[in-house]
Amino acid sequence: MTDLPASTDRKLGLVIDLDTCVGCHACVISCKGWNTENYGAPLSDADAYGGDPSGTFLNRVHSYEITPEEGPAQLVHFPKSCLHCEDAPCVTVCPTGASYKRSEDGIVLVNEDACIGCGLCAWACPYGARELDALEGVMKKCTLCVDRIYNNTLPEIDRVPSCVRTCPAGARHFGDLGDPDSDVSQLVAARGGMDLMPEQGTKPVNKYLPPRPKQDRAEDLDSLAPYLAPVAEDQSGFLGWLDKALDRLPGARSDEEMS
Amino acid sequence: MHPAPSVIIFTTFSGLGFGLLLFLGLGLPPVTGWVAFFLYAIAYACAVGGLLASTFHLGHPERALKAFTQWRTSWLSREAWLSVAALLVMGIYAFAAVFLDTRLTPVGILGAALSLATVSSTSMIYAQLKTVPRWHHWLTPAHMLGLSLAGGALLAGQMTVAAALLAVAAAVQVAHWQVGDSALARSGTNLASATGLGAPGRVRAFEPPHTGTNYLLREFVHVVGRRHSRKLRLIALTFGYGLPVVLLVIPAAPHLLGALAILSHLAGILASRWLFFAEAEHVVGLYYGKRAA
Repeated sequence: MTDLPASTDRKLGLVIDLDTCVGCHACVISCKGWNTENYGAPLSDADAYGGDPSGTFLNRVHSYEITPEEGPAQLVHFPKSCLHCEDAPCVTVCPTGASYKRSEDGIVLVNEDACIGCGLCAWACPYGARELDALEGVMKKCTLCVDRIYNNTLPEIDRVPSCVRTCPAGARHFGDLGDPDSDVSQLVAARGGMDLMPEQGTKPVNKYLPPRPKQDRAEDLDSLAPYLAPVAEDQSGFLGWLDKALDRLPGARSDEEMS
Repeated sequence: MHPAPSVIIFTTFSGLGFGLLLFLGLGLPPVTGWVAFFLYAIAYACAVGGLLASTFHLGHPERALKAFTQWRTSWLSREAWLSVAALLVMGIYAFAAVFLDTRLTPVGILGAALSLATVSSTSMIYAQLKTVPRWHHWLTPAHMLGLSLAGGALLAGQMTVAAALLAVAAAVQVAHWQVGDSALARSGTNLASATGLGAPGRVRAFEPPHTGTNYLLREFVHVVGRRHSRKLRLIALTFGYGLPVVLLVIPAAPHLLGALAILSHLAGILASRWLFFAEAEHVVGLYYGKRAA
């Protein structure tokens, strides 16, 4: 049923470190790969090698520029996938019961056999976490790699979502956010983890760690500049004579004209 | 939002059809026999045709029956139940009126109430969405119900009632546009809240996830030019509301003018409904830097 569980035993989810993410999109590719080759309908592409490629992705990395009042701008890479909300609006709008939130671990899933592809759940999601697959006609979304995390045939180190396992920067963390003593909960507490669009009232389980204030800014470097050894601007000796001689040749342009 | 023809046709025609069924159920006009047959044929063509159109945008229409299961939480599921109930109850009433020359008044009143409830549930599918601030307002059900009632009265030939209802519906329409234009800004959802990055400074979408388009952009990000929108609003107001009222208040107007009023109304409402979708800003557009707010 599309009633949301009153509470879930665990709140499995991701913690994404915006300070560490380098925007390499490796999580996007590993997600696409795992979820195309494994559980459920594959994530299709249209015109993949043509002029107007588009396809289904469960995880997409945006990039944002932050311009503070003073100081230089900062670039933040921003991976976005399903936040497995406690108050998931996508679940309650579903007319068929295909969308549901698991009471045991809080994962929001789609039963693809019951999905009529009406798209209303994607309308109800403020995060753009759900995409209707153009080829299969069913709604696709992040499963938190439910077919990995409980999969005893995989080595234990691989029993985390594919994006987490792949991230080369260690910017993605997986765990139980309902347990205040878990690693992810402690990380959220230590780094001021935040909700996306809290005013939408979705109570997302996934948290984002804000980028740390940068210490090594250009102004800081400038304060050391007077102490740096000056670079010679006027050449002397043989090289100085050669430079001037070449300048005097017909057709030669001076440095000022070149710049 | 993407103004898909299937949803525009669905909401416009089913609204009209159930509006007409409502008036017929209340015995306005108290028709039986062939006249009744003709009116019910129009009502059912609009209502059923609209509902069928809504299944065209489904990925798996063959599973549509499953949409009856989640009435406890889903307005779409409630709409499925209410529409079928309204069509069945009004079917009994229509059968008696057409073939038995009898009007089963209690059945008609129940059918009218169910028709009203169907249009309400349709409007709630849109009004419930917090993600589309323009729709997330009581004016959305008021707008759709008002149009359904006005259009129903127009089709049922209730000229005085129709003129009054059209005037009310026009006022609601203008209010819906006015309130809607600032809805996203008032919702408190913006790029800063969407990314959580507002504290250090001003946030700007620098680079989208992909060079090409995707489902989210196709479905949720439709930008209508302001001049374009103003023109269409004028068209919707003139043809959907203004002209029909003028044609209705002409004393002793011939049937032809009534038919003209209906056609004009339909054209205007299709323009209005196109705008209803095309102008609706889904908050996911913020992530793509596609919204000013």
